[in-house]
Amino acid sequence: MKTSQYSNRHETIYAWLMSAPALIGLFVFVALPLLGGIYWSFTNKRLISPLPTEYIGLQNYWNLLGVQVIRLDPETDAATGQVQTDLDGNPVYPRTRAIVRGNPAYAGFRLWFTKDVLGNRYVVLARDPTFLRALVNTFVFVLVIVPGQGGLALIMALLVNQRLRGRYVFRTIYFSPVVTSMAVLAIVWTFLYNPDQGLINRFLGAISFGSIKPAWLVSADSALLAIIILSAWQAAGFQMIIFLAGLQGIPQALYEAAQIDGGNTWQQFRHVTIPQLRNTTVFVIISTTILAFRLFTQVDVMTKGGPQDATVTVVFHAVDTGFRQQKIGYGSAVTVLFFIIVVSIALIQRALLKSDVEVE
Amino acid sequence: MSALPANALEASYLQERRRQLRQRLRRNITLTIDYGIMIGLAIFFLFPIVFMVVSSFKPEKAIFDDLKTITWAFIPRDVTLENFTSVFRRVPFGQFMFNSTFIVLATVSAGLIVNSMIAFALARLRWKGKIIVLSLIIALSIVPLDAIVVPLLVLVNEFPWIDGSIGWLDTLHVQIVPFIADAFSIFLFYQFFIGIPRDFDEAAYIDGGSPFAVYRRIIVPLSRPVFATVAILQALFLWSSYLWPLMATRGEASRPLTVGITSFYGQDVKWAQILAFASMITIPVLILFLLFQKWFVQSVVASGLKG
Repeated sequence: MKTSQYSNRHETIYAWLMSAPALIGLFVFVALPLLGGIYWSFTNKRLISPLPTEYIGLQNYWNLLGVQVIRLDPETDAATGQVQTDLDGNPVYPRTRAIVRGNPAYAGFRLWFTKDVLGNRYVVLARDPTFLRALVNTFVFVLVIVPGQGGLALIMALLVNQRLRGRYVFRTIYFSPVVTSMAVLAIVWTFLYNPDQGLINRFLGAISFGSIKPAWLVSADSALLAIIILSAWQAAGFQMIIFLAGLQGIPQALYEAAQIDGGNTWQQFRHVTIPQLRNTTVFVIISTTILAFRLFTQVDVMTKGGPQDATVTVVFHAVDTGFRQQKIGYGSAVTVLFFIIVVSIALIQRALLKSDVEVE
Repeated sequence: MSALPANALEASYLQERRRQLRQRLRRNITLTIDYGIMIGLAIFFLFPIVFMVVSSFKPEKAIFDDLKTITWAFIPRDVTLENFTSVFRRVPFGQFMFNSTFIVLATVSAGLIVNSMIAFALARLRWKGKIIVLSLIIALSIVPLDAIVVPLLVLVNEFPWIDGSIGWLDTLHVQIVPFIADAFSIFLFYQFFIGIPRDFDEAAYIDGGSPFAVYRRIIVPLSRPVFATVAILQALFLWSSYLWPLMATRGEASRPLTVGITSFYGQDVKWAQILAFASMITIPVLILFLLFQKWFVQSVVASGLKG
């Protein structure tokens, strides 16, 4: 062993020198903004402001998450004490605005939604209903796209994994949207989604004799669905390739053994393919979830969060408040919450899914 | 007496034949269904791109007329280059294309050097602090860009640049420098480097080579596949990046294609021109993809190994 003291020190110097550029880059452009964002989220910092930045504690977080629920009793007739009803027989409730206005307890709150439960109307007020809507929308998007896109990707991988003529052509076609830019595709799809003249509704109209005609991006009911379809269309090819690699890593001997035991195609899929794809599936679920939480480009190009906040997402709200309205402190608080959500979901998924793998 | 076995033979033959036919029929049905689904999916994945390219050669009015019959929407007619020349007249398309290309090439090539060097130090050198640095990088790799853009914008707004100016906004380097160091790229390099047998380095060290010489002469030439993987994944990400350039650029001089087309779309909705613009962005990348398909697919696979 001729590893002298000198050569060890030599190696250390080289190691630090070769690491320095990347370490500086990661520190200045990742760690520093992360810390800065956490710090600014406790202030009222604005991008351009004559007023000095002040420490305001948890005010931004309170403004994001503050919620109040009011229970409304139906209006009763002053003389008889009976519940007043409208023409359809539904109870009449006092107007929300009449209650909220002028009451200092509700100052700074806006209506989020109302819900009728068991003969009472509950009014949910929030400091920032748009942010809460963004949270809901983002979770809905994630919950639909992870299984939807993953399932589509798996089906495509199974199809092109067969020894069929032309399978490479199909693989290439399915993958091609992945290499194009989402900002560009979002514009093209906006045209395709046009309710009257768009190609998609022309096609749906032709096969359904005009009975199916969704308003897609124009309606609050279908706008998020439209964005989900586009997103799955653009990215499914990526997961298909990962599933395909997973499928090709399954030893052929396992299928032969299953055939000898008399297993049919479905049984082979159920008892060989699915368990063997476990690790691949875990990876696809975790990576798609994180990507899905970052939904922004499609929304910004196609709907700007509308109609009626139906497609607003957490990242969109962060950009809207922190950048467009230049409320750095507030936008930073949104991104800090976003970061906490993404990291905790990644950790939870990892713990749940990985521990299962080790048991098998 | 003698007819019976002949009949039985015939019967069993027919039975066997019928079984074969049934099996073949079933195989053909499965095959038809498989191809049916595959072709259906192919149409689903292709139609927006085909429609975009075909329509970009049509006059605006023809696009809307042809949409009334779905088939004509996919057939070129009244072919014109008018849309393309209009795009060039209205916006500096060449400038956008140059910006995008320059940003991708500069970031990717600087990133390959910077990230592979630190990965080499982590994977193959013995030094104090290695474990801490490695765990720091893994921790930073989970920070999504979206979670830091707002504070990053504030920071780069205060940074000095080499020419003495303050504030990086509205430049090309604001879209390059922050993305050179990349935790995920480091991770991919690290995994590859750690798998290369040690004997190679030892021999070079005995010949009196420095660690940097080992990196340059031995590790880099052995690691072409991982360099290609990182380059492709980073290029795909940078080429389509939208949020950061949207925030960090204002004028046309430093804007990339993605923000160029969305602001073009925001100004005046002329679909024929927009689709021509979109085609000019998309077609070059699709051609690159078709040429280097093997490498693209390999990169995606490599990104999925070891989540």
